[in-house]
Amino acid sequence: MSDWLEDFIAGKEGAELLADDRPRSLLLPLPALIGSMQALKAQGFDMLNDHMAVDNPEGEHIRLLWLLCSTESGELLRVCCDLPRQQPVAPSLNALWPVAEWQEREVYDLFGVLYSGHPDLRRLFLEDDWEGWPLRKDYEDSFILEPGKP
Amino acid sequence: MKAAWITTALLALHSLSAARDWTQPTLAERAAEAAGRSPWESAFWIGLGLAGTLAAMTLLGLSLVYAERKIAARFQCRLGPTRVGWRGTLQTLADTFKLISKADLVPRDADRLLFFTAPWLVVSGMLLALVNIPASPLLFVVDLNIGLLFISAVGALSVLGILLGGWASNNKWSLLGSMRAGAQIISYELSLTLSLLVIVLFTGSLSLGEIVQSQQEGWWLWRGHLPAMVAFLVFVIASTAELNRTPFDLAEGESELTAGFHTEYSGLRFALFYLAEFLNMFIAAGLAATLFLGGWMPLHIAGLQTFNRVMDFIPPLVWFGLKTGGLIFVFMWLRWTFPRLRIDQLLKLEWRFLLPLSMVNLLVAALVLLLGVYGKGGPA
Amino acid sequence: MTPKTLTLQDLLRTDFAPGGGTQEYFVNMGPQHPATHGVLRLLLKLDGETLRQVIPVLGYIHRGIEKICEHQTYRQIVHLSDRLDYLSALANNWCVTRVVERAAGIETNERIETIRTLMAELERLQSHTLWWGVFGMDLGAFTPFLHGFRDREELTQIFEDTIGARLTMNYIQPGGLLHDLHKDFAPRVRAWLKDFGTKVDEYDRMLSGNLIAQKRLVDIGALSGDEALGLGATGPVLRASGVPWDLRRVRPYGVYDQLDFVVPVGEKGDCWDRYWVRIEEMRQSLALCETLIENIPEGKTMLVKPAAKIRLPEGTFYEELETPRGIFGVHLHSRGKDMPWRFHFRSPNLHNLWCITKIAPGARVADIVAMLAGLDLIVPDMDR
Repeated sequence: MSDWLEDFIAGKEGAELLADDRPRSLLLPLPALIGSMQALKAQGFDMLNDHMAVDNPEGEHIRLLWLLCSTESGELLRVCCDLPRQQPVAPSLNALWPVAEWQEREVYDLFGVLYSGHPDLRRLFLEDDWEGWPLRKDYEDSFILEPGKP
Repeated sequence: MKAAWITTALLALHSLSAARDWTQPTLAERAAEAAGRSPWESAFWIGLGLAGTLAAMTLLGLSLVYAERKIAARFQCRLGPTRVGWRGTLQTLADTFKLISKADLVPRDADRLLFFTAPWLVVSGMLLALVNIPASPLLFVVDLNIGLLFISAVGALSVLGILLGGWASNNKWSLLGSMRAGAQIISYELSLTLSLLVIVLFTGSLSLGEIVQSQQEGWWLWRGHLPAMVAFLVFVIASTAELNRTPFDLAEGESELTAGFHTEYSGLRFALFYLAEFLNMFIAAGLAATLFLGGWMPLHIAGLQTFNRVMDFIPPLVWFGLKTGGLIFVFMWLRWTFPRLRIDQLLKLEWRFLLPLSMVNLLVAALVLLLGVYGKGGPA
Repeated sequence: MTPKTLTLQDLLRTDFAPGGGTQEYFVNMGPQHPATHGVLRLLLKLDGETLRQVIPVLGYIHRGIEKICEHQTYRQIVHLSDRLDYLSALANNWCVTRVVERAAGIETNERIETIRTLMAELERLQSHTLWWGVFGMDLGAFTPFLHGFRDREELTQIFEDTIGARLTMNYIQPGGLLHDLHKDFAPRVRAWLKDFGTKVDEYDRMLSGNLIAQKRLVDIGALSGDEALGLGATGPVLRASGVPWDLRRVRPYGVYDQLDFVVPVGEKGDCWDRYWVRIEEMRQSLALCETLIENIPEGKTMLVKPAAKIRLPEGTFYEELETPRGIFGVHLHSRGKDMPWRFHFRSPNLHNLWCITKIAPGARVADIVAMLAGLDLIVPDMDR
């Protein structure tokens, strides 16, 4: 079951298998992302189940997570990728899974991650002129009841 | 004692309807005839006609709305209005007062003149048609010799009102709704008129009074053979569309266009649209009853003398009410059962099916007439 | 190069239709519109009555629930999950509970799992009856709306007996259930199920066979299986497109592995298939509930102290399950505190919504209402 995944990352520099997580997670370096995703889609991961981000202020990075699902084998696979917090730019997966267009808009809206090659990078929930990225841990505005508390 | 009272009442009713010659002068004729003798008498008849029409309009409006709510409630496993008055009978009256007392809202960018005119156009078209409906020999305001033509003509006024209302509101949904209504009503007007023509062909008259008289021998629905039945069906379908009622209520389809052409209307003006909608339903049902079901004529079955005598005993107004009420119930039944068509399906139904059908039907009717197949003393 | 960002204003361009010379125009469907059932706003680009483009504009009921979750304990998050998809509150509770139980290593017993499964299936019935009524109303038939609500009301009262709430259940908790079943629960559910069996047939007679309904639904908004997968659709929408993807079957949770049921699958993926799949699901759920209600084992219904603080180990956890509208997933990123570092909901409605941008262009205004009704969207779940 896990054999193919070890083979999969064997040739990729900087790729890492986070074996403890369930579903199993794959940490990829940014340059290898698009190619690996194409390969994974060809492997049968036909559903981009979800896309989200986790802020990590100590590590000065934002971790992007994609959750892939294969409707043939029923397997779930999480793909992670770390971006610098200052200038987070990731490639858009819109060409592989159309739904990425809107999932990426959500992450852009809440974390300020920019996606290159995205056709319509707008805020999803908040107004177009909103300032700041609310789900980042250092976000502050007048609505927050206990400012300073992350 | 009770029986005596009932007998007296029935006899009195019977004497009202006893004129078996069916040729009571209409109120307008009485007024014209009296004009030479005494202007006061003439004015009395005119006043009676006006007051009668207005009273009928109000009463019908209130009772039809109440009936619709109660019938809809039955279809939907609920009770409908129960609180105001006996079994909620006064609910519509209360709602009318509520509507009248509402703030008068006009959208800022509306075309005020047209916005104010539109509901009155709809109502006046409805009123002009209403006075032509022969409810009974005694309740018949005007019998124009071009009655049917007149009703079709003033019926078109309501299209104008709807179009103006939608345009003047300066709201895209209203405009969409009114354009739908325009396309729909103008299309269905064709097969509506063609189905009316079948009866005009049979009777040779446009006067509603004469059309009713001509059915003394039997209702056109039976006497006219197949063409009349087809015409009746086409009439019911086309008038449902004319009335903007489900399944043809695209003009105000609330799940698509919020409320269609009257989205921006509130208070009194909304009440007028609402009133016109219900009374137009009454007019359509009354017209169908008059043309196809013998109007105020009682139901006769050839050969059953006693049965026919009993039927004669029932006053004409009751007959008219029963027939019209039955048709109104059919309209309501349709409304609370069917989903809504889409605009292109609706227009296809008219132009590809109903219109060719009614044209062929008219030709067949002409053939039937030429060959004299329909008998004077046929069934019914 | 920094990627270019846009605003809504940038999209508001209209053109003259090629050749025809009619001008396109924009209409706002929502945020207050009867067909969007809530505060969904669709910006429609129309040419006459024909749709050219649909731009969903979200956020009118965005409450920042994911941000709030970062400051709540895990028990409090269960409350918040009610407020997402309010028609599948129990399934949402269950999903949050599962991810917390998995992370904390809490084992449950058979009774708890059976009751959870039963409740989830009853709620699927409740949600689908409501959907059916609203579906009829969206097509212009008002009567189904009240029939649907009538049947749902009885079930809601059954829930109220046991749970104490009608909509925001908050019943399935980490470690068990908030209360044991009410003593009237089983007889009332049995009576309701018996009654509801005839009601589904009544639904069929009232709407399914109607010629107008068929005309309005068949071949409208067709979506192939691949397209649906690419657009992230799940639940009945995906299954109507011919992909037999039902988590209750492919990755069983609760006691679904002991149950026997059919996953209804459509062919064309049009509005009619979506309708049919849901009607069939009602029949399947009905049979499931009939089995489950007879087989509730004895046991405790709460295995941990309700007041105990739940502290989860570090790690990223994910659980998903099948709500009436599709796959609801919960990502939990814990740093070992009693509050999550990051909590994310995978919303089925948000993903199903995007199908509208694919299937709507070229359709009529009335069709978009039928399509929205077929997708069965709950707005608070999209906006979160």
